[in-house]
Amino acid sequence: MTEEIIIAGFGGQGVLSMGKIMCYSGIVQGQEVTWMPSYGPEMRGGTANVTVIISDDRISSPIINEFDTAIILNQQSMDKFESMVKPGGTLIYDPNGIVNHPERKDINIYRVSAAEAASKMETSKTFNMIVLGGFLKIKPIFKMENVIAGLKKSLPERYHHMIPVNEKAITRGSEVVEEVQILN
Amino acid sequence: MKELRLMKGNEAISEAAIRAGVDGYFGYPITPQSEVLEYLMLEKPEERTGMVVLQAESEIAAINMVYAGAGAGKMVMTSSSSPGISLKQEGITYIAGAELPCMILNVVRGGPGLGTIQPAQSDYFQAVKGGGHGDYKLIVLAPASVQEMYDFVELSFDLAFKYRNPVMILSDGAIGQMMEKVEIGEQKVRLTDAQVKEKCPWATTGKDANRERNIITSLDLDSNKQELFNQKLQAKYKEVEANEVRYEEMETEDAEYIFVAYGTSARICQKSIELARAKGIKVGLLRPITLFPFPSKRLMELSKQVKGMLSVEMSAGQMIEDVKLAVECNIPVEHFGRMGGIIPSPGEVVEALEQKFL
Repeated sequence: MTEEIIIAGFGGQGVLSMGKIMCYSGIVQGQEVTWMPSYGPEMRGGTANVTVIISDDRISSPIINEFDTAIILNQQSMDKFESMVKPGGTLIYDPNGIVNHPERKDINIYRVSAAEAASKMETSKTFNMIVLGGFLKIKPIFKMENVIAGLKKSLPERYHHMIPVNEKAITRGSEVVEEVQILN
Repeated sequence: MKELRLMKGNEAISEAAIRAGVDGYFGYPITPQSEVLEYLMLEKPEERTGMVVLQAESEIAAINMVYAGAGAGKMVMTSSSSPGISLKQEGITYIAGAELPCMILNVVRGGPGLGTIQPAQSDYFQAVKGGGHGDYKLIVLAPASVQEMYDFVELSFDLAFKYRNPVMILSDGAIGQMMEKVEIGEQKVRLTDAQVKEKCPWATTGKDANRERNIITSLDLDSNKQELFNQKLQAKYKEVEANEVRYEEMETEDAEYIFVAYGTSARICQKSIELARAKGIKVGLLRPITLFPFPSKRLMELSKQVKGMLSVEMSAGQMIEDVKLAVECNIPVEHFGRMGGIIPSPGEVVEALEQKFL
């Protein structure tokens, strides 16, 4: 199994930490992982993205331009990455703030209204975990217990009391994710 | 079971330095390697092992602190990125000229000048051919993963002390900034002053009554002596070339073409091999792990088997000169690269191979 993922959105949405939690979950499962962030001037107050690769085998290039899955959280990222999903691949996006919705018919498109769902949770900081929940519903590459173990490794101990809230958010994400049918 | 962590390349090299029992780090911040200094400051190695970590007033000050520490027989290191490494060149040639061991990390970014903060491999000439003046060589290691960033710390100090020569780890912004799984080694205890004295009889550790003074210098105004010293240096570099060549091969057994690439480019080429082989193109990879000494002998052997080699570098083509020298015009050698902080895509590399050879 190899899953090549791009997660892209605004700085502050938890894009990079979501990637980190995925990587830790992979490590807990004994898999190989790479996490390659954008670290250029764009991350200083603009878009942020990270390429995450999870694999059972040694990973070749950590830098790629075709993805099995794109997780897209703002319009700029939609414009940039929709075309970079492999045919037959998966695009998951939060419609909040999206004006030009994805149009490709050769990929599977899912909507996860995470911003909306997060506003109804006890803390809106769980936004990225709702997105992760949506992803895991579609691509169950990690066992839930390994995601929790990954969260524990990824979060500083002073935030460990937040793990149940994050778990709830992941569950919420799996409930709100829905497939989008592109009509002709 | 060994401890596994998810770390950036810059963090891995810093943790490895603490665990290897390094005595001192002297540096100055610059993107994309600032996490080295940040990590070392946060970890408080002075409490863990007694290691000194100092932010110097400039890159030049930092390399001269390394010069002094190395002269005292200590395990010392510095790190920077391209423009900062240019500033260090005077100190580096003095350290080579004084035959002192140390480790210098370059997390390369695009140039020339201040260039860009994105990854590049355009400092190959500077690292391998001597960025400072005089006939000297650095031993140059090129990590291609975060694990190698970790592992090459101990290796570089072993080589530096074995040959009394500065070692450079030539990384780049991508390997410095990306996170991968790292297997963490044991904590080594720093050497005591008595152990340093025994290990480094040449070091300025305080003169005992029964021996001559040790003098650390790169100056000798007597040209005859200076020539003899230069001959001694060259003999040392020959010994390094004979003993320390390291490289990795992938899918070369049946290859008709070879990518030659190090560091990040080598990782990209691994993916390019997958793509090319799916199209029926038999291509393999030779990844130099040491850039000096260069795996020339192996390239010569491979040149009798393959039809062509493509040197893939994030530069205008620097390592290609060493590839050409190695194969002595037996076969065509071409270059493909991107510059200015652009990382080539695996598909682009395959296209270049097809364009140049097929």
